[in-house]
Amino acid sequence: MKRSPVLLAVLAALLVLLPLLVGNYALSVATLILYFAYTGQAWNVMMGFAGQLSLGHAVYVGVGAYAAGSLFFHYGIGPWAGVCLAIALCVALGLVIGFLAFRFRISGVYFALLTIAFAEFTRIGFDHLDWTGGPGGMFLRVAQRDTWDLANFRGPPLMYYYAMLALAAGAFALCAWLLRSRAGYYWQAIREDEEAAQALGINTFRWKLLAVAISAAMTAVAGVFFAFYYNNLFPEQIFHISRSIEIILGPVIGGVGTLFGPVLGATVLTLLSDGITEALAAVGWEIPGIKQVFYGVVLLAVVMFLPNGIWPALARRLRL
Amino acid sequence: MPALDLVANVVVSGILTGLVYGLMALGLSVIFGVVRVVNFAHGEMMTLAMYAATVLFAAFKLDPFLAMLPVAAAFFVFGYALQAGFINPFITRPEHSQFMLLVAVAIILVNAMLMIFGPDARNVQVDYQLDSYELGPILIDKGRLFAAAAAVIAASGLFAFFRYTLTGKAIRACADNYLGARVVGLHVKHLYALTFGLGAVCVAIAGCAMVLLVDVTPPLGPAYTLLAFVIVIVGGLGSMGGALLGGVLIGVSEALAGLFIAPSAKSMFSFGLLILVLLLRPQGLLGRRA
Repeated sequence: MKRSPVLLAVLAALLVLLPLLVGNYALSVATLILYFAYTGQAWNVMMGFAGQLSLGHAVYVGVGAYAAGSLFFHYGIGPWAGVCLAIALCVALGLVIGFLAFRFRISGVYFALLTIAFAEFTRIGFDHLDWTGGPGGMFLRVAQRDTWDLANFRGPPLMYYYAMLALAAGAFALCAWLLRSRAGYYWQAIREDEEAAQALGINTFRWKLLAVAISAAMTAVAGVFFAFYYNNLFPEQIFHISRSIEIILGPVIGGVGTLFGPVLGATVLTLLSDGITEALAAVGWEIPGIKQVFYGVVLLAVVMFLPNGIWPALARRLRL
Repeated sequence: MPALDLVANVVVSGILTGLVYGLMALGLSVIFGVVRVVNFAHGEMMTLAMYAATVLFAAFKLDPFLAMLPVAAAFFVFGYALQAGFINPFITRPEHSQFMLLVAVAIILVNAMLMIFGPDARNVQVDYQLDSYELGPILIDKGRLFAAAAAVIAASGLFAFFRYTLTGKAIRACADNYLGARVVGLHVKHLYALTFGLGAVCVAIAGCAMVLLVDVTPPLGPAYTLLAFVIVIVGGLGSMGGALLGGVLIGVSEALAGLFIAPSAKSMFSFGLLILVLLLRPQGLLGRRA
């Protein structure tokens, strides 16, 4: 693992200087990559580290986005207070889901389906909640896009890029630290063999809850970013199961449980999706659905032939 | 408060629709019970069967009930090939890996349907669709009744297969004890593929029956996948009777929620029920404790 720090430094420098090198469109793609790298990292804390498969992470993005969005929409309160509320609500929600699931000994597939159920339940709930606009959505006012207004998180695309870069880098550092912390080792013990971990005296119930809480808190922040970046929220979009799948794709393709996996997976998938769009536009095949078919085929090939994800295979090849 | 005969009508139609749901979920339940893989492409397969029925109807005026035979045969081959070619290598891999495989299959299926059939709704129109039987104050749609009857017949056939045939017994042996089944010389991978094929046959028949009840569009795929999950969890994942019971329960609760609350809130009710069942009786209503 000697070459990892060098690689990391080069990557960080490249990302900080990226806006000097590319235009606005590429910057928006890069922001999206960082967004998925971040949410993938958050999901990875729960699944990759502690072994709890969540298929409903969109619920934390949505609740976080709606919490901060509602404060801003109804009371004009900026996202800094909003992010606190978002984290508090999502941690509470995560703890409720985790408490119920772990107390009633729901695990594996059943746990995954429970997380889907909560996400869907919340989606339909928001569809019927008039205070947040119901199915018609909530639209946040955009006063200006020229100057950096950090208090209200309003500004040019460059600001959002750096904000997302800071979040992704922070999440990476947090996860690197977590993996080497007491919690990280306990989680890995639980992931590998929960009964054995319990026999060693680890309070698996409490440590699993901690993983859910951290993962939910991190994902909540992504939700706040989502609200203020896109400025419109629809329950059908933000809570949809395909959003949860999007969050999971990056780390699974990149490598579950690894630090670089979510980052690499997000990069590969976003560029792939973008590349397919461009290639299809170039040859003039613009039939709805064709892009996703290609995407699905590539996904199928990766999970078939690289069962542990791209990063472990790549790391071996590069001797990192 | 709606009139009592209206409620009775809604309940009856909910039961009949629920039986078709139940057959669809039965496929998922059988696959999970034996192969231990959750088919995340289940609803997409269901939608594919529905499109197949509309295409056969449009091309040959083939009644959806007759279309069940060719569609079921094609689905058996499709299911067998999917299990043998793609899922068998995944049975020892972690759950998230299996999930991703079937999500990829689902993405390909739903978008291929979008490419081929477009976003507009399609349906079939047969002459008995608008007829109904009168049972006192209760009106029973002929199409719905026949669809439910087909579902019950198909489910009974599957029950009988697992109960009375040697192959069915062998499949149950695989489900009970993978290692034991291999020790006594069963060809487990072939039996797994056979099971997936049979699950796909359930979906094919349910899909052909369902086109009589609703119009088909590509987004139905993910929605039916979730619906099938709800049903099998409520009934008991891996339990055959549970899938039918869960289907009827969800069919009735959806119909009643549509009547009393709001049609758009009906699946909230189903997911609420799912959460309750998971917490209070995680093995499902008719499931056995693992």
